[in-house]
Amino acid sequence: MDLRRTLLIFVPFAWLLLLFLIPFGIVLKISLSDIALSIPPYTPQLDLSGGWSGIVEYFQSLDLENYVFLTQDNLYFLAYMSSVQIAFISMVITLIVGYPIAYGMAKAPDHWRPTLMMLAILPFWTSFLIRVYAWMGILSQEGFLNQFLLWIGIIDTPLTILNTNWAVYIGIVYTYLPFMILPIYAALEKMDGSLMEAAEDLGCSQTSAFWLVTFPLSRPGVIAGCFLVFIPALGEVVIPSLLGGSQTLMIGKVLWEEFFSNRDWPVASAVAVILLLILVIPIVLFQRNEQKQREAGR
Amino acid sequence: MNGGRFSWFNATSLTLGFAFLYLPMLILVIYSFNESRLVTVWAGFSTKWYGELLQNDAFLDAAWVTLKVGFWSSTLATVLGTMAAYVVVRSGRFTGRSLFSGMIYAPLVMPEVITGLALLLFFIAIGLDRGVLTIVLAHTTFAMCYVSVVVSSRLVTFDQSLEEAALDLGSTPFDAFRSVTLPIIAPAVISGWLLAFTLSLDDLVIASFTSGPSSTTLPIKIFSSVRLGVSPEINALSTIMIGIVTVGVITASIVSRRRLVRQRDDEQRALHQE
Repeated sequence: MDLRRTLLIFVPFAWLLLLFLIPFGIVLKISLSDIALSIPPYTPQLDLSGGWSGIVEYFQSLDLENYVFLTQDNLYFLAYMSSVQIAFISMVITLIVGYPIAYGMAKAPDHWRPTLMMLAILPFWTSFLIRVYAWMGILSQEGFLNQFLLWIGIIDTPLTILNTNWAVYIGIVYTYLPFMILPIYAALEKMDGSLMEAAEDLGCSQTSAFWLVTFPLSRPGVIAGCFLVFIPALGEVVIPSLLGGSQTLMIGKVLWEEFFSNRDWPVASAVAVILLLILVIPIVLFQRNEQKQREAGR
Repeated sequence: MNGGRFSWFNATSLTLGFAFLYLPMLILVIYSFNESRLVTVWAGFSTKWYGELLQNDAFLDAAWVTLKVGFWSSTLATVLGTMAAYVVVRSGRFTGRSLFSGMIYAPLVMPEVITGLALLLFFIAIGLDRGVLTIVLAHTTFAMCYVSVVVSSRLVTFDQSLEEAALDLGSTPFDAFRSVTLPIIAPAVISGWLLAFTLSLDDLVIASFTSGPSSTTLPIKIFSSVRLGVSPEINALSTIMIGIVTVGVITASIVSRRRLVRQRDDEQRALHQE
């Protein structure tokens, strides 16, 4: 019995150690190395044949040079800042777009809800790449949006939307919208509707009853939704590459290019380590929020 | 939430919201049947892009690689993820428990670029050639965490005394698992597998880092061709993929709703018999 338990713990544990934790150790290590014209393209390599003195020498030649480089080159600082900014603005827009949808779903008649839920979940299962790609044909100069706007006569000349930050916002809002809708819907659905009626009976207008009663009660869902959009949007690569332009700076894209185009592995690793450090704050806050919810639910 | 009328505002926001979610995909589907190579100009109905797609060996090869990777990684991820869920929910205290649960949750919030980069550097460090195997290993690692979340949410609500009863009545722990626990958690295990499979089919970033020249997956192929702009073959391919997903999700939801109804009927009947 005990052997069984040990084996049950050992297998997934060993898998995660080997393929999750150790790889991060390697990223950290390479971020302290220097770029070199060799295979693999960094130095020093740990060479155990040199014995103890070889290991000491190896550790001595690791340094923070790449991190110093990141602080000196403005590009990286700007990329981090602009990722945070793009992720934040997209999160706010997603909230503004998603809340009314979740609210409508929660207020809809009971027999509609399974269908509405399915409609909200279906995009989850559809390829992310295809959903981003769909916008390329819509937002381009001769795309459907411009054709439509020209046809109804709002504009005279086509707008340039594709390859700007606007397209990136639209892409993020579109692909992450279900992540915002579902937690807010879950929070609203649990709510007791008679609270709203009570507020209205006591003389609240519908609008103020919403802001005084409904919205505060849905706050846990709003917070969860915001994190679920903000965290993945921060490290986004596909959306800025396909919809963004050359001036769109996002750190995921910079890392990608540093690795695939410049082949500078040490700098790419340092960029990854700093991105991880930036992400730790929202992730810890998110987990604390979830914990609080679980405790409140008990 | 009950109470309060379903107002005009609610109806409008639902209509506009779902239009926003579905119109882009609808346009994609319609224009995949467009005669013209110019994707934004309608030139009559045609299925010729589907024909060209089926003759494109590069796409077919990539689709085959993707399905292989998806099948193996989701199967491995389901086994490992179910084990991990058991460990998290049932195993009590052991050395390294908090490290274990940290490693189970971390990949869920980790940016794909970082996971991909880390795994690639790891594969190079141990001298493993990149190919189908490395993508399978990479996908298994992040998908098992999703499976574990899905399965453990079912395990938490599961009445452990059923399993203990089977053990008391003399079955071995494995038999008890197979004949009592597994049938009860099966829906969660199946949805875990489906989730892992979808994640694997969908993944571009991690696959780009961990694939070799001979193992291009469909998302990598799509990404490299749409970087140059919109193309009608990709529209046709997208339509096929959207079609499969739609049929799958609708079938799954009908099956699960039927099962729910049947379960409710059974419970009603049991009540009346008492």
